[in-house]
Amino acid sequence: MINLKRFLSTLSLLVFLGIWQGVAVYLNSNTLPTPEAVAKVFWLGCVSGQLPFHLGVTLLRLVVSFSVAMLLGCAIGIVLGRNKKLDAFFDNWLVIFLNIPALVTIILCYVWFGLVESAAILAVVINKLPNVIVTIREGTRALDQDLLDMARCYHFGKRKTLIHVIWPQLHPFVMGATRSGLALIWKIILVVELLGRSNGMGYQLHLFFQLFDVASILAYTVAFVAVIQLIELLILKPLDKKALRWRR
Amino acid sequence: MTDIQININNKTYPTATQPSIANLKLSLNSNEFICLVGPSGCGKTTLLNIIAGLDNDYDGEILVGQQHTHPKIGYIFQNPRLLPWRTVRENIELVLGEHQSPDVIDALLEVMQLTQAQQVYPERLSLGMSRRVSIIRAFAIDPEVLLMDEPFVSLDAPTARQVRELLVKLWQQRPHTVLFVTHDLREAIALADRLIFLSASPMQAVSEIIVPIARSDRGNELAIESFRQQLLQNHPEIKQLL
Repeated sequence: MINLKRFLSTLSLLVFLGIWQGVAVYLNSNTLPTPEAVAKVFWLGCVSGQLPFHLGVTLLRLVVSFSVAMLLGCAIGIVLGRNKKLDAFFDNWLVIFLNIPALVTIILCYVWFGLVESAAILAVVINKLPNVIVTIREGTRALDQDLLDMARCYHFGKRKTLIHVIWPQLHPFVMGATRSGLALIWKIILVVELLGRSNGMGYQLHLFFQLFDVASILAYTVAFVAVIQLIELLILKPLDKKALRWRR
Repeated sequence: MTDIQININNKTYPTATQPSIANLKLSLNSNEFICLVGPSGCGKTTLLNIIAGLDNDYDGEILVGQQHTHPKIGYIFQNPRLLPWRTVRENIELVLGEHQSPDVIDALLEVMQLTQAQQVYPERLSLGMSRRVSIIRAFAIDPEVLLMDEPFVSLDAPTARQVRELLVKLWQQRPHTVLFVTHDLREAIALADRLIFLSASPMQAVSEIIVPIARSDRGNELAIESFRQQLLQNHPEIKQLL
């Protein structure tokens, strides 16, 4: 069964590449290079060190802004989920921040704080934070009251209750926020870099756009998608497996 | 010697028009096994939650000796309430205080015949085994009062009997004050030193009866049944509470 799954997943990738190759050859246009041409640009970018450098810069921004957004979002989400009065007070704020377009936040951060690194990170965090808060708040609202009562009755205290009773129940919500967060944040980071940074993937893509260099655009995209897939495979999936080992 | 005194003058839920519990006074003697018998929905779980400190919205007092304080509680809930993401042993270890030795866990696991299952996650246990783990968890903290909320409900008869016998064995080895809630009179007679019959809306203690059957005869179903018949004959007021 596992072998069949692997075979199908490899086959689907090959079919995708085949269709791409076929359409590119048929159109024979600079705007859609063949996979081979993209691979060549990818390799040259790697050899020159340009691609790893800009990819690294973007990844660093992703790690910092993602960590800040997740830590703050989880803390605020748990507090709002457990405290009805605070939740009622801040609910409108959440709705407002959820609905501000990412572009507006980015522009305002650059206008107010200048074209600096901290403004870029802040813009990404502000965009992601409300999503994390809402997801974790829903998770906290769904906590099993029977288990919380048990913890209270046996005097677990706040720390023990958080680690052993609350956090394992929030795990699926945290993983949901993590996965949707990674996908959302890297897209926002590209816009942030495009508008106000002089390095990173977004900056490079902007350059390639001006040069109409589609092969480079695709090479950078493939590199980034591959990195996000590696994060899923090497970090998120093992985390899931460890956290859910108790399930039948 | 009266160890713990529970006086609940009034407990009314915010949306209710009349109190759930009114003028209820219970005296718990040290190491006594007390069964609270009353109809379903009469507020027995509410009473246990008040004693456990989970419900503080009531008018009354709980005295341990002369002190106004909540006693140290081991609570065996109707549903075992084990943490599914922790093993049997971890579930028990979590309730122990920092200064308590985990050696007590090995002894308790052995009495309850769960030594082999200590590294298993609760989802892989049968309901009877889960109940036994929750009994161990309650005994492990060496509580001042053990609260048991119909812990054998929804078990099949042989399993319920087995768990009941193990509970009594454990209690005889490690005597504690027990408040056991049930609506099954036979079960109550088989377990209790003293029976307290409770009425519904509002809950009040209707009568208290000492069970004179020797501990060695509690497994004798004929003796239990004969006492039950005698009880119902001599106290007709309790018939409507069953």
